Amino acid sequence: MTDRLRDKIIPVTAILAAIVVAWYAGSYAMNAPFQRDLDRRAGVTSTTWEFVAKTMSQPKPTLPAPHQVAVNFVENTFFRKLSSNRSLVYHAAVTLSSTVLGFAFGTILGIAIAVCIVHVVTLDRSLMPWIITSQTIPILALAPMIIVVLAAVGITGLIPKALISTYLSFFPVAVGMVKGLRSPELTHLDLMHTYHASPGQVFWKLRVPASVPFLFASMKVAVAASLVGAIVGELPTGAVAGIGSKLLSGSYYSQTIDMFAALVAGSVVAVLLVSLVGLAGRITERVMGGRPA
Amino acid sequence: MMTVKRAYSLEACIGAETDLTADTVIRAKGLDLTFQTGDGPVHALSNVDLDIGKGEFVSFIGPSGCGKTTFLRVIADLEQPTGGTITVNGMSPEEARRRRAYGYVFQAAALYPWRTIEKNVALPLEIMGVSAAEQRERVKRTLDLVNLSGFEKKFPWQLSGGMQQRASIARALAFDADLLLMDEPFGALDEIVRDHLNEQLLELWARTNKTICFVTHSIPEAVYLSTKIVVMSPRPGRVTDVIVSTLPKDRPLDIRESPEFLAIAHRVREGLRAGHSYED
Ligand SMILES: Nc1ncnc2c1ncn2[C@@H]1O[C@H](COP(=O)(O)OP(=O)(O)O)[C@@H](O)[C@H]1O
Ligand SMILES: [Mg+2]
Repeated sequence: MTDRLRDKIIPVTAILAAIVVAWYAGSYAMNAPFQRDLDRRAGVTSTTWEFVAKTMSQPKPTLPAPHQVAVNFVENTFFRKLSSNRSLVYHAAVTLSSTVLGFAFGTILGIAIAVCIVHVVTLDRSLMPWIITSQTIPILALAPMIIVVLAAVGITGLIPKALISTYLSFFPVAVGMVKGLRSPELTHLDLMHTYHASPGQVFWKLRVPASVPFLFASMKVAVAASLVGAIVGELPTGAVAGIGSKLLSGSYYSQTIDMFAALVAGSVVAVLLVSLVGLAGRITERVMGGRPA
Repeated sequence: MMTVKRAYSLEACIGAETDLTADTVIRAKGLDLTFQTGDGPVHALSNVDLDIGKGEFVSFIGPSGCGKTTFLRVIADLEQPTGGTITVNGMSPEEARRRRAYGYVFQAAALYPWRTIEKNVALPLEIMGVSAAEQRERVKRTLDLVNLSGFEKKFPWQLSGGMQQRASIARALAFDADLLLMDEPFGALDEIVRDHLNEQLLELWARTNKTICFVTHSIPEAVYLSTKIVVMSPRPGRVTDVIVSTLPKDRPLDIRESPEFLAIAHRVREGLRAGHSYED
């Protein structure tokens, strides 16, 4: 426990404190010019401390102070009805649903591609370059196209957003699974050969179990990418709900505090998703006889 | 030079003996294997002639790189020779492999880490389509044989190195192949564990009457275990001496202090030295 305190908690808290201090400094620096302007016009003079406090309590600051974001976040997360358009839980749930759907598609697609690549030599050469190229196209350019094209054929709502998540999440899974399916040691493969095992048996009894740690590692990356995809997918649609729409409307109306709170909500969702996948991975590995760390 | 000559004449008379019994499991004639590598060809096996009869315990000894592993892998159809012929049970190695003629024990235990010990031992049985009931029965029997009863549900990392190696031997025994190929199975273990496993292996061999090909670095181990010792030397990998043990089949550990044992060990050492002198 004390080890954990020394190794993890203290360093992490130290960094956090440093960030908060820098953030306050930044928010003073960025909001001060506007505040000075305001004060000059109103003809108010204030002490230094009063002035600092004012830079951190503007309704639409250039850079909101941490406590403003915290208050907004807490209010809109815990003290709103779920049906309210201001509820961050509601917006997070909307984004979460397309994230999870897209992540599920992406994982299945990634695994399928990896299986093909590992088993068909020509696909290894022909498919991989395309997959890599696909990821070099900026998603911000691609997302509106996907949304518009699908809308033209009458598909709107959850699916287009989920597809953008899929587009981002299949890649890490495919790459990780190719590596995982190829990870068995030579002696483990030789052993199968001495048993005269069929390719199917080698696949199910050796390659698949050997790939499990790789799968979960890549799913952690993929689920975070899915969330980014879902949020990006909400931007060009003019979606009315979701963390992405919150960010967009915040920027239209200069509601910077709302934007930052939405950003925090997005991070919380990301942390939850990544930890959940990590936990599932740890449980699976334990069941598969993994040595406790 | 003297030793080598003596070896060949001895080999000739063994050849006659195995012909009489006519139960040859492995027969290699002029076997050659050259690996093509980035740094040019590596002559791993050169003109190897060797007959191994049913029920023999044959050790392969020689400095590293002399082709011991390669020879075992050729028998197992894991490498293809580039010259000469080899038969296993009168068939090509590939045919023998298809008929699951041998169990192979690697230097590292090579247990699947996500399988419990019993599941590891059951692996070949699953692949060969043995019924669940018979799998259970055989796993129990082979784990008994290597003294691992009670560890069925453990995962490999929960066992010591020696126990892991015993589990891998159990796995090779589980499907009743008559031929056991073992590549330095005890190489990574300490001497005390090794002694113990040697004793158990002999006991197992006596009980099951399998043919065993056993690679080792250790002269005492080779002499203690074998009915026949094949001395090899490197560059190119070749057989320089074949020594037939005169020790009785029943061998307590302290037989290793007997004059007979020491005489055979001496001859193995001479053979290894003669192999080296070819290089200079
Ligand atoms: N797959 C391979 N490719 C190239 N060279 C190899 C391969 N396997 C073994 N060799 C070479 O063949 C020689 C014999 O190797 P090996 O049979 O492993 O020797 P030993 O088991 O007696 O130590 C060595 O020089 C080794 O480097
Ligand atoms: Mg070797």
